[in-house]
Amino acid sequence: MEALIRLERVEKVFQVRRKAGRLRSVRSEVRAVDGISFDIARGEMVGYIGPNGAGKSTTIKMLTGILVPSGGRLRVAGIDPARERTRLARRIGVVFGQRTTLWWDLPLRDSYELVRRMYRIPDDRYARNLARCVELLDLGALLDAPVRQLSLGQRMRGDIAAALLHDPEVLYLDEPTIGLDVVSKAKVRGFLRDLNTERGTTVLLTTHDLTDIEQLCTRVMVIDHGRLVHDGDLGGLHAVGDSERTLVVDFERELPPVRIAGARPVKVEGPRQWLAFPASASAAPLVAELTARYPLVDLSVREPVIEDVIARMYADRAAL
Amino acid sequence: MRVYGAVALRGFRRFATYRVATLAGVFTNTIFGFILAYTFIALWTVRPHLGGYDLPHAVTYVWLGQAMLATTAIMGGGVEADLIERIRTGDVAIDLYRPADLQLWWLAADLGRAGFQLLGRGVLPMVVGALVFPLAWPEQPLTWAYFFASIALGAVVSYAIRYLVALAAFWLLDGSGLTLLAALSAVFFSGMLLPLPVFPGWLGALARTLPWSSLLQVPADIFLGSRSGGAVMTGLAFQAGWALALLGAGQLLQAVATRKVVVQGG
Amino acid sequence: MAEALRAYALIAGAWIRSTMAYRFSFVMMTVGNFLATALNFAAIAIIFGHTRLLGGFSLPETAFLYGTSGCALGLADLVLGSMDQLGRRVRDGTLDTLLVRPAPVFAQAAADRFALRRLGRITQSALVLIWALAALKVVWTPADVLLVPVMLLSGAAIFGAIFVIGAAFQFWATDAAEVQNSFTYGGNGLTQYPPTIFAKDLLRGATFVVPLAFINWLPALHILGRPDPLGLPGWLDFCSPLVAVVACGVAGLAWRAGLKSYRSTGS
Repeated sequence: MEALIRLERVEKVFQVRRKAGRLRSVRSEVRAVDGISFDIARGEMVGYIGPNGAGKSTTIKMLTGILVPSGGRLRVAGIDPARERTRLARRIGVVFGQRTTLWWDLPLRDSYELVRRMYRIPDDRYARNLARCVELLDLGALLDAPVRQLSLGQRMRGDIAAALLHDPEVLYLDEPTIGLDVVSKAKVRGFLRDLNTERGTTVLLTTHDLTDIEQLCTRVMVIDHGRLVHDGDLGGLHAVGDSERTLVVDFERELPPVRIAGARPVKVEGPRQWLAFPASASAAPLVAELTARYPLVDLSVREPVIEDVIARMYADRAAL
Repeated sequence: MRVYGAVALRGFRRFATYRVATLAGVFTNTIFGFILAYTFIALWTVRPHLGGYDLPHAVTYVWLGQAMLATTAIMGGGVEADLIERIRTGDVAIDLYRPADLQLWWLAADLGRAGFQLLGRGVLPMVVGALVFPLAWPEQPLTWAYFFASIALGAVVSYAIRYLVALAAFWLLDGSGLTLLAALSAVFFSGMLLPLPVFPGWLGALARTLPWSSLLQVPADIFLGSRSGGAVMTGLAFQAGWALALLGAGQLLQAVATRKVVVQGG
Repeated sequence: MAEALRAYALIAGAWIRSTMAYRFSFVMMTVGNFLATALNFAAIAIIFGHTRLLGGFSLPETAFLYGTSGCALGLADLVLGSMDQLGRRVRDGTLDTLLVRPAPVFAQAAADRFALRRLGRITQSALVLIWALAALKVVWTPADVLLVPVMLLSGAAIFGAIFVIGAAFQFWATDAAEVQNSFTYGGNGLTQYPPTIFAKDLLRGATFVVPLAFINWLPALHILGRPDPLGLPGWLDFCSPLVAVVACGVAGLAWRAGLKSYRSTGS
C-alpha cells in the first residue's frame, strides 16, 4: 500500500518562559510532539485522539504546513509541508472545529466563490462539487447568509463543504463535532463516511467524542504527552479499556465504598462516590438499588471520555 | 449595592489583565501628547492667554487630555462593545432576568474599567509630560478632590451616552455608523483636539453646553484653576445634571427595549 | 508576487461586493470616515482663526502639509489598514486558517475586510490638498510639479511599511495593535503641522529613526522654498522614493521574521 502521509520520528519542541518570582522567568522546553512515526495509506480514515495538550493539534499543524517541525521527516503526498505550504494547500482540505476558515462577514456563497478562484477549480468540477455538498450537507437555505449568522452546526457543515470543493486527497478535521447538537453530529458523520467510501478521500480526524471514532474510524491512534501510545484498530483500544460510564453519587454522609452488583467503586471523596459500570448497561437498575439501600442527596451519570480510556489503558498495562 | 461593587471590581481586574495593550496605549498617548503639546506651544507663543490659559496651562491641558482619553472613553473602548455584542447575540435576555438593573450593572463594570485606566493609562503619560514640559499643578489639596470627583462624573456622563448608543443595537442591524458618529462628537466636543474656550463664538458656546464637555473640559478647568470657587460647584452640578438626564433617557429607552425583548423574544 | 496580487484582488473584490449589499451602512461609514479627518482640519482652521502664521507657516502652507500627509496615510490605510488585526488573528488562531490556503499569507491578511469606506479619509485630504494647491503662492517649476505625485506615492509606501512593521511586531506582542497607531496616525498628526513648531530632537527622530519627514516635510519644504529646520543637505528633499524602498525592504524582512517565528512557535 502506498503511504500518503508518512511521519518519521517527527518532533516539535517549544521554548516556553515560565514566571519564577516577580521578575525572573525560567526558560524550559516543552516537547509537544516527541518523536512520532506513522504511515497513513491512501483511502484510510484514521482517528487521532488524546487528552488536551497531548500534541494532536500540533501534529495537524505540522501536517498542514502551519508549523515547522523541530526534527524528523514528514511527507504528505510526497510534499514537505513546511517547505511547500501553498503547493500542498491545493491538495489538502482542513477543517478546524473551533474556528472557521470561511470569511466571517461574507455570505456562504461568496466564500465558496472565493475558494473556487483561489484554488483555480474548473467551473464544471466546482459546480458538481458544490451541488453535491449542498445536497448532502443540506446547505441550500444557508447559501446567502453571512457566516456570522450561522449556528455552530450550520457553520461546521459550511466549513466542511468549503474544504472539499477542490477535491483534496486528504481531509484533516480538528474536532469536527465539538459543540454540535445530536442531529448535526449525525449529519456530519454520515457525510464523512460517504466521502471516504465513495470518493476514497483519506481522512484524519481528532476528536474528544468517542462516538465519532466508533462510527467512523477503522484505525485509531492515541497520543499522550507527545508520544504515540496506541496505533491499531478500535477493537484493540476496546480490549485495553472497555468503555465505561460513571455514576457520581452524593450521599447524605460519608460512607464506606458501596458495593452493588453491576458496578465497581472507583473513587470516594467525603460523601461523594464514583461508581463505574459498562457503557452498554442501563443506569436505571443501579440508581433504583442505590436509592433503596442508601440515603441519597444527588446523582449524575458521566459519559466515557477519552481521558478515562487512556487512564485505564495505562492502568491495564501496569497490571500486566 | 454590594453586587455593583463586585461588578466594578471585576471590570477593574479585567482591564488590568491587558498589560501589553495598556503599555501600548500609554506609549500612544505619550506620542500624541508630544505632538499636541508642541502645536499648543506654537499657538500660545503667538497668542499668549488665548482662551484664558497661559502657556503652562495650555500644555498641562494637553497632558490631562491624554491622561483622561481612556478613562472617560472619549474615543470609545469601554464596556459598550461587550453590551452591543450581547444584544446582537441575544444573550442580553439573560442579563435582563438578573435581579440587577441592566444600566447600573454595566455602569458599575464601566466605572471599574475607568478606575483602572485612570491609573494604568493616566499616570504615566502625565509623568512623562511633567518631566519634559513645565506643567501647572493644583495648589490646594481640595482641588485634587474636586478634580477626581469631576472625572468620576465625566466617566458617568460618558457611559450614559455610550449606553444609549449601545441600546440602538436593539433596533439597528449595523450600529457601527452610530458608534463612529458618537465617538467623533465626543472627540470634537470634549475639547480633545482644542480646548473649548478657543472655539469661535457660537460653536464654543454650543460645545460648552453639550454633555461631552463633561468628559475633559470641566475636569481640566477644575485642575487648572480656571474654574475656582463657586464655578467648581457649577461645573460639578453641570456634569451631575447631564449624568442624571442621560441616565434617565437610558432608563426610558431600556424600558422600551425590554418590552421588545419580552414581546418578540429578542 | 503575481500570485499575491491576484489573491489580494480576489479577496478585496469579494469584500467590496459584500459592502455594496449594505449600501446605507457603507455611505454612513464613508461619511463618518470623511468627518473624522475633517474634524482634525476644523481644529487647524480654528487655530488659524487666532493666528495668521503657525511656526511661520500660513494656512495654505499648513493645508498643503495636511493634504499630502492625509492622502499618503489614506492610501496606505486603504491598501494595508487591515493589517492591524494581525495580533487578534494570532490570539484567536484564525491566522492558521490563512496558512492552509494556497495564497501568500501577507496578501490574505492585508485584503481581509478590505474597506472602501476608507476612501472617506482620502477624499477629505484630497479636497484640502486641492484647495491648498490653488491657494499657495508658489512659483511652480517642473521639478516641483513632479515632486507632488512622487511624495504622495512615496509617503503612502512609507506609511504602508509602518503598517506592516507594526503588524509584524504583533506576531510577538499580540496585544500591541495600538503601538502602530502611534506611528501611523501619530505620524500623520505630526506631519500635518509645520516642522518648525517641533523640538529638534523630535525632528531628528522623525527623520532618522522613523523616516516620517520623508513622507511630506522634506519635499514640501523644497516646494514651499523654506529652509529645513535641521539644516540637512538639499538633495535629501528628493530622497523620499529611495527611503520608501528601503522602508518597504525593512518591512518585508520584519514580516518574514514574524511569520517564521510564528511557524516555529505557534504563538
